[in-house]
Amino acid sequence: MSGDGISRRQFVTAGGAAMVAGLAGCSSTDGGGATTDTMSSADTVKIGVLEDQSGNFALNGTPKYRASMLAIEEINNDGGIGGREIEPVTRDPQSDNQRYQELTREFINEENVDALWAGYSSATREAIRPIINRNEQLYFYTTQYEGGVCDETTFAMGPTARQQLGSVLPYLREEFGPDIYIIAADYNFGQLSADWVRVLADENDANIVGEEFIPLSESSFGSVINNIQAAEPDFVMSMLVGANHASFYEQKASAGLDVPIGTSTAMAQGYEHKRLDPPAMANIYAGVNYMEEVPTESNAGDGGLVDRYYEKYPDEGEYVNEEAETNYFSTYMYKEAVEQAGTVEQPEVIEALESGISLGTERAPEAPEGETIELDGATHHVDHHMWVMRADDEHNVEAITDRKIPEQFLSETVGCDLREEDEQTQYTPVDYFEEAE
Amino acid sequence: MVNGLNLAFQFLDSFAFVVLAAAGLAVIFGIMGVINLAHGEFILFGAYATTKSVTALGLPLPVAMVVGSLLTAAFGVVVERTIISGFVPNWVGQKTVGRDLIEPLYDRLADSMVATFGLSLVMVQSARIVFGNSIDTVGTPFGNVAYGAFSYSTYRLVLAGVAIAVLVAAYYVFTRTTFGTRVRATMQDEQTARALGVDTGRTYMLTFGIGSGLAGLTGALFAPVLSMQPTLGDQFLIEAFVAVVVGGPSVVLGTALSGGVLGAVSATVTNLTDSTTFGRIALLVAAILALRFLPGGITGLVERVRARRQEATDGD
Repeated sequence: MSGDGISRRQFVTAGGAAMVAGLAGCSSTDGGGATTDTMSSADTVKIGVLEDQSGNFALNGTPKYRASMLAIEEINNDGGIGGREIEPVTRDPQSDNQRYQELTREFINEENVDALWAGYSSATREAIRPIINRNEQLYFYTTQYEGGVCDETTFAMGPTARQQLGSVLPYLREEFGPDIYIIAADYNFGQLSADWVRVLADENDANIVGEEFIPLSESSFGSVINNIQAAEPDFVMSMLVGANHASFYEQKASAGLDVPIGTSTAMAQGYEHKRLDPPAMANIYAGVNYMEEVPTESNAGDGGLVDRYYEKYPDEGEYVNEEAETNYFSTYMYKEAVEQAGTVEQPEVIEALESGISLGTERAPEAPEGETIELDGATHHVDHHMWVMRADDEHNVEAITDRKIPEQFLSETVGCDLREEDEQTQYTPVDYFEEAE
Repeated sequence: MVNGLNLAFQFLDSFAFVVLAAAGLAVIFGIMGVINLAHGEFILFGAYATTKSVTALGLPLPVAMVVGSLLTAAFGVVVERTIISGFVPNWVGQKTVGRDLIEPLYDRLADSMVATFGLSLVMVQSARIVFGNSIDTVGTPFGNVAYGAFSYSTYRLVLAGVAIAVLVAAYYVFTRTTFGTRVRATMQDEQTARALGVDTGRTYMLTFGIGSGLAGLTGALFAPVLSMQPTLGDQFLIEAFVAVVVGGPSVVLGTALSGGVLGAVSATVTNLTDSTTFGRIALLVAAILALRFLPGGITGLVERVRARRQEATDGD
């Protein structure tokens, strides 16, 4: 048994060495100018990027990965972080949470990354957060999500359900009327988002006339469409998720269901308006902080983010999705924080981040989603620039409204202040709002 | 709040989905004893081939569907010759070693599962590498039928018609043609069939081709209603297996009956509870009950009853 143990350990060591060697090869070709052989590791800032490039979330993860690489390349070309080059360490976790856990351990313990970007889904975040907490690792979670994570070393840079739904629901209530039908994916994200729709409906004087949770594996929506027709809502709030659920939009169009639909998930992440044949996405209103079509100078203008992205990755049929922008600007926020702290030591960088970092100021570049955005030091969330984006019959997307929406749940309702008290909790709306129950 | 027409349409929808998902799998499993875990990826092949024929080559949708099905059938024949029958390695083996190195995977359930599972992984990743994370879809044709406050996609009703046509065609091929007789002879007793002059290797190859073609047809038919990405085959696999298990050994009849039963269960429960989740649970519970009480599936029960009647009449 002990002999077996030794040989296995030798095997693992050898395999690990081979993997690290392979990775070094990868990052020096892929990382865009990050040559690692001439510089000792103390001279570089080591950023770990774990984003799905295969498996279920490849569609959403690939742009995230690419946007991180773009930001790193730009920062390196511009002289690095405080004169130090960024060395990206990346691997494909293949949309597999167990692989995420293994790679997170490896990146923290063996690669000693100075900061970690990882994960698309909330399930992934919750799978690796215990490892991150145990190691007090500085961690950026960059997907739009249900909200409520108050965690000392986690920075949730994407907008929350309250921000996304809070931008689109009031608009639809105003335009179309008070009766809402909810359809949502049947897992933690969908359930919590539906709770938020109920809270926001209450705040905006609207009623829920129907509600349905749909398993992620479902791709036939005949009965859902009939149920919506029977309830005759003024608009639908859709928090459907993933490739199977994308079929809903094609099917509701071919069934002739033309009620307006508000969403926090469609178009900005899986770019359904590019992939599906028109008019599947006609009359869909997305509440998002970013889409390729956001009409800011730093995004859609000449040499804006979209131009630079496609210059580096000219693949056809690609899309700079919501999370890509979040990966992109959060890398710049990290740069700001390190330069403010004057070190990559994680407690100091976290302290700098908590002092409140802004983009779009004199020092830092403008965020592609719009002018200035601020990191709220107390909650580790971002006061985002939020847009309501509408797709028409030909799937042209236009911006209808925009406004700054701060993260409100943790700051106002829960009272999370990570500068005062270290926590590692995820709060849910059910604990604070009667109407969410 | 059950609306009769809604229920009818949803039944037809579920029926079409179950039958089309299962048809190719049932043919390959029922006749060759090969469990094709790459069935979902054969559907993916058909869906991609059809969609690309429309978007890249500009073919009209119906033509593209035929092209998609035929390409999948051809691909199936290649898979049968190389992986399932081991024809190519055998041929190499005969040249170099002088004897058969590789046994075909016919009637080796577990082995065929492992081999085709591997194939499915290769196919999904290949689709991702070649075509990226998604391809553009083609729109759903035909518009909708409206009735009162409700409406339903006409195309989904057409699918139900096609599902029935597929069953009729399969029934005809396997029971009314010489090829069908050879297939059934091979299925019942391969050695005797071969002794009587049936080219069983060719029969297997064509059967696998037909099964693959049916999977390709399913992909082609669903291409306009689904989001095109490399894992789209997954959503068919469970329904297909459940349908084959519930249907039992008689390929065509079993698929038709299980499509009817499962479609009715799923549509009724979904309608009564207003919840797709419960419809799905009911479908799987029906499968569990079928496995528990009808180990041979619906057609197994039919055959048992028929055998018992036969005994009774023989006794007279």
